[in-house]
Amino acid sequence: MTQTRTLVSPHTLGTRRGKAVYWTVLTTVVVTFTFVFVFPLYWMVTGAMKSPEQLAEVPPSLWPGDVDLGAYREAWRQLDLGLYMRNTFVYAFGAWLFTLAVDVSAAYALSRLRPLFGRAVLGMMLATLMIPPMVILLPAYLTVKDLPLLGANLLNTPWAIWLPAAANAFNIFLLKRFFDSIPTELIDAAEVDGAAPARILWSIVLPVSRPIIGVVSIFTIVNVWRDFVWPLLVLPDGEKKTISVAISSLAVQVPQNVLIGSLVIASLPTIVVFFIFQRQIMAGLTAGGLKG
Amino acid sequence: MLTLRTPARPAAPPRRHRKATRGRRAVRRNLTAYGFLCGALICFAFFSWYPIVREILLSFQQTNFVGDTRWVGLENFRTVLADPVFWDAWKNTAIFTVLALVIGYAVPFTIAIVLNELRHARGYLRFVVYLPVMLPPAVVVLLFKWFYDPGSGLFNQVLGLAGLPGLQWLDSTGTALLSLVLVSTWMNLGSGTLIYLAALQTIPGELYEAAELDGAGLFRRIRHITIPQTRLILLVMLLLQVIATMQVFIEPYLLTGGGPENATVTVVYLMYQYAFNFTNFGGGGALGLMLMVVLMLFSAVYLRVSRDDPR
Repeated sequence: MTQTRTLVSPHTLGTRRGKAVYWTVLTTVVVTFTFVFVFPLYWMVTGAMKSPEQLAEVPPSLWPGDVDLGAYREAWRQLDLGLYMRNTFVYAFGAWLFTLAVDVSAAYALSRLRPLFGRAVLGMMLATLMIPPMVILLPAYLTVKDLPLLGANLLNTPWAIWLPAAANAFNIFLLKRFFDSIPTELIDAAEVDGAAPARILWSIVLPVSRPIIGVVSIFTIVNVWRDFVWPLLVLPDGEKKTISVAISSLAVQVPQNVLIGSLVIASLPTIVVFFIFQRQIMAGLTAGGLKG
Repeated sequence: MLTLRTPARPAAPPRRHRKATRGRRAVRRNLTAYGFLCGALICFAFFSWYPIVREILLSFQQTNFVGDTRWVGLENFRTVLADPVFWDAWKNTAIFTVLALVIGYAVPFTIAIVLNELRHARGYLRFVVYLPVMLPPAVVVLLFKWFYDPGSGLFNQVLGLAGLPGLQWLDSTGTALLSLVLVSTWMNLGSGTLIYLAALQTIPGELYEAAELDGAGLFRRIRHITIPQTRLILLVMLLLQVIATMQVFIEPYLLTGGGPENATVTVVYLMYQYAFNFTNFGGGGALGLMLMVVLMLFSAVYLRVSRDDPR
């Protein structure tokens, strides 16, 4: 065991009593966690396989009688989930592109080109982190409804999701901090060779910044997928809705098992992302959380 | 480079020349920099900075989308203050925040302490505890709505198996708010747990060793080493949690619609109602501004605290 020592000493753990306590605690924790965090999901996945009658049964059956995937098919068809999934995908993908393009170049400018008033600009961006998003919900909605100066109405257009997503001070802060840590020699050398800033960003800064860009990407995409209130307000049209909003607004019209099937389908993408990128997601969480 | 070549030239004119080039280069560098920044400046101006200013204006205006915007002074504030639901909303928000703190603050920290001691199944436990955080909140809330069903819902079934009477969960004024806190805690607990876990791992083992040699038992070690060593992160998370839970909206919106008898109307939910059900954006704006002032106090303390970070 190469672990550093924690609350309980390895010696105590080594004793007969220590071992007994350790294994009891471990078993309890594993069982409790499985019951509290996994069982609800199991209940959801199997709930959609039960018939409406079986769902109402008391006491409930742990295992669906005959596995019937009909509710999933119905959910996909009746609630038109394909459309809403495609919508959400378009919003998430566009938000990702905009966020990267806007935030990476801003962070690069602030970190490397250091313009006049750069610190003030960064300060004003970071100050927005002090304003909780819900308290400017109404003015933000009114802004999107009637864009000042341009007079455009962005309601029911993807721009209402894409552009606000890019105004993310936390991403800029994370990226800038990472760019600051890139050795100056690397960039100076390229400058002597006469490389323009855009070229330096593209062929030197970006390749070495892959880890932080990965973290920013995952969080941007997952956040758009999980968001509820903002798309509820700015995409009121039936065909423009995100999958979360669509399911919650159609919830009352469909049989229980079909609704549950749609919940499973809506959560699949983020679960798959979590399975693939769990290392990056957890690293990003602690990087963000400690200086959140 | 230009500066390296200049000494070889005659003394007087190049100096002026050099200054001019340097000035021009500085201008060019700034132009390039602001070129890179312009996307962010536009996005922030439209979707962050302007809405903050507009929030303040909005609360002193009356906006109906047909006619012109009128200045109405403090009328919006008078309207919402006279609304009997106003005080319910603040009370519910405060209770929600306190309950969410009691459960949602102590539980993740305890879980993190236990997880930090375990040598097996670490990957599994960490994965599982963070799983709900990844699900779309709307899905979690609708899932719990089904669990809370007094007739066939999972929770009452489990209570029934244990021989206990079922609860009304969302339908009784006594339990509705608590039911919202439970959902909210279940889906947010994972991030706190992992952040505490990361903080616990930075505590030097020698401290525990020394304390043990001095004869400190398990709970005294937690009290005198674990908690003081993670004090800063605990404080930061406390403030963040207050700020986050005071903005609760999706739970009352999807689970109870503010009922029964306004028992789950929160400030943001009332703000939403003012704007989108009563089309009174001014009233909503006034509520938003009040919440903004309260939350900014917490934010200011948070900034103060996290700046004291010795690292």
